[in-house]
Amino acid sequence: MASAKILTRRAAILAGFGGAGALLWNVNSLTLSPSFAHVFHAVEDWTRISQRTLLSPGQLAREYSPADISPTFKPNGTINPGGDDYNGHVAQNFANWRLKIDGMVSRPLSLSVADLRRLPSRTQITKHDCVEGWTAIGMWQGVQLGLLLKAAGVAMGARYAVFHCADNLDGEPQKGGIQSPGQYYESIDLNDAFHPQTIIAYNFNGKTLDVPHGAPLRLRVERQLGYKHAKYLQRIELTDSFAHIAGGQGGYWEDRGYEWYAGA
Amino acid sequence: MDHLQAETAITADIGVTGDVPAVAPAASEGFYRHRAVVRLTHWINALAILFLLGSGLNIFNAQPNLYWGRYGSNANPPDHAFFSIGAFNTPDGPRGMTQIGSWQFDTTGVLGWSKVSGEYTARGWPSGITIPSFQDLADVRHWHFLFAAVLAINGLIYLSWSLWRRHLQHDIWPTMADLKAIPRAVLDHLKLKHPRGEAAKRYNVLQRLAYLGVIALITLMVLTGLTMSPGFDAVFPWLLDIFGGRQSARSIHFICAALIVLFVIVHLAEVVLAGPINEVRSMLTGYFVLPREHP
Repeated sequence: MASAKILTRRAAILAGFGGAGALLWNVNSLTLSPSFAHVFHAVEDWTRISQRTLLSPGQLAREYSPADISPTFKPNGTINPGGDDYNGHVAQNFANWRLKIDGMVSRPLSLSVADLRRLPSRTQITKHDCVEGWTAIGMWQGVQLGLLLKAAGVAMGARYAVFHCADNLDGEPQKGGIQSPGQYYESIDLNDAFHPQTIIAYNFNGKTLDVPHGAPLRLRVERQLGYKHAKYLQRIELTDSFAHIAGGQGGYWEDRGYEWYAGA
Repeated sequence: MDHLQAETAITADIGVTGDVPAVAPAASEGFYRHRAVVRLTHWINALAILFLLGSGLNIFNAQPNLYWGRYGSNANPPDHAFFSIGAFNTPDGPRGMTQIGSWQFDTTGVLGWSKVSGEYTARGWPSGITIPSFQDLADVRHWHFLFAAVLAINGLIYLSWSLWRRHLQHDIWPTMADLKAIPRAVLDHLKLKHPRGEAAKRYNVLQRLAYLGVIALITLMVLTGLTMSPGFDAVFPWLLDIFGGRQSARSIHFICAALIVLFVIVHLAEVVLAGPINEVRSMLTGYFVLPREHP
């Protein structure tokens, strides 16, 4: 009896250390293995569910005073989409730029930047947390997305707002992972889409939004990381699923392994 | 409580033998030092810390600078990183440079510019100590968050059990007498003298302070980790206030990690000095053979 019990415990200890050793030894291949992706997805779900449980739908991200604005605001990702089409819009001061709102809506909209500037606006000074680890604080002015979505009339069953952008990031050459088409896009759920601080920004730090920061229009979704804040917005598509878009993970970086829910 | 029971049991054994001289208990039946919850949470914690340190260094490489305050995104003014690892072109070719405050060191080969699969690459911490060894922020964040969850849940189990069973109050929290004995304990440690006999049954004051310290460090790691999350900042905005901003929180996260590495080094050195087989066995089985008193 006694010896059987000791053997069991010894086996358990050996199995524990063997498992830990195997985990460490194979960490590189496990990182890329599809079966481990399920484990990581479960952790992302845990983050999302815990934050969504703790956050009341309207709870605001902290807003700062003008004195807190950082002297620099690092432009990241695409800093100029370029190309004849975009350069033409730059030359025209985006006078003919259109933001389309379509998909699962009852009244599809096509708005100019001037149209958006005539609507009630919200100004907020918030911190921008990049997934890389840096932070900048800036002042953003724009139209609440909720206002636009109410005007368009979100259809029953719609779950996500997908943001289609004018920039093409081409993927990182050093990444050996799945390379979906490089057109930038992002998506958020309706909880975030109707959040008071979720705005389509056209002004940055008191001036017209500049090209490196996403001219003429960029999304601000303040309770998530920087890569969710899509720049160079052309179209907002309401949908019940983003599985059919590009790599199917809901965003340019999501298709390259980053979390769709970027609250952490 | 279990300690007392174990002690009583051993005393009772000795008592029963009565007229025959007391025999030291067999190795497997030594002094019962570590209870099962402590042993299990210890090893889970060790694994989580190992993965968190390795993946944390990999995450750091995506922005190899530390700042103080609310913001910071550039090593150079006006942002002023107080710690920075980078690769720079010099007339002698690229060099790895590490900057701490106003000091700069050439750390080529280790920090900033080191070999990855045989080829020199611009890289903060070298591939030999990061998890995974290759640089990929998306993948490494997955490991970090997985083991952050393991660490937090394991830590909560340890802390609540320790408070409930008074392990923290009885075994870890130093008494007044302990605190008065600090100079003596420091001297003993410097002479590499370890407690023997009865004194070896309880943690000495430096152990107590070190364990309390590492519990505090891990708590700070969890809190500063949460402060880096924009979602949790919206839930607990006071986190930003207590740490003085997201970039301060990130720097404190890194400094605490460095102090945990220091703890682990001293901890392992003490295990080796105090008798590695006895020490490791006691953390596996719970039983510890008391070193005999000096004659």
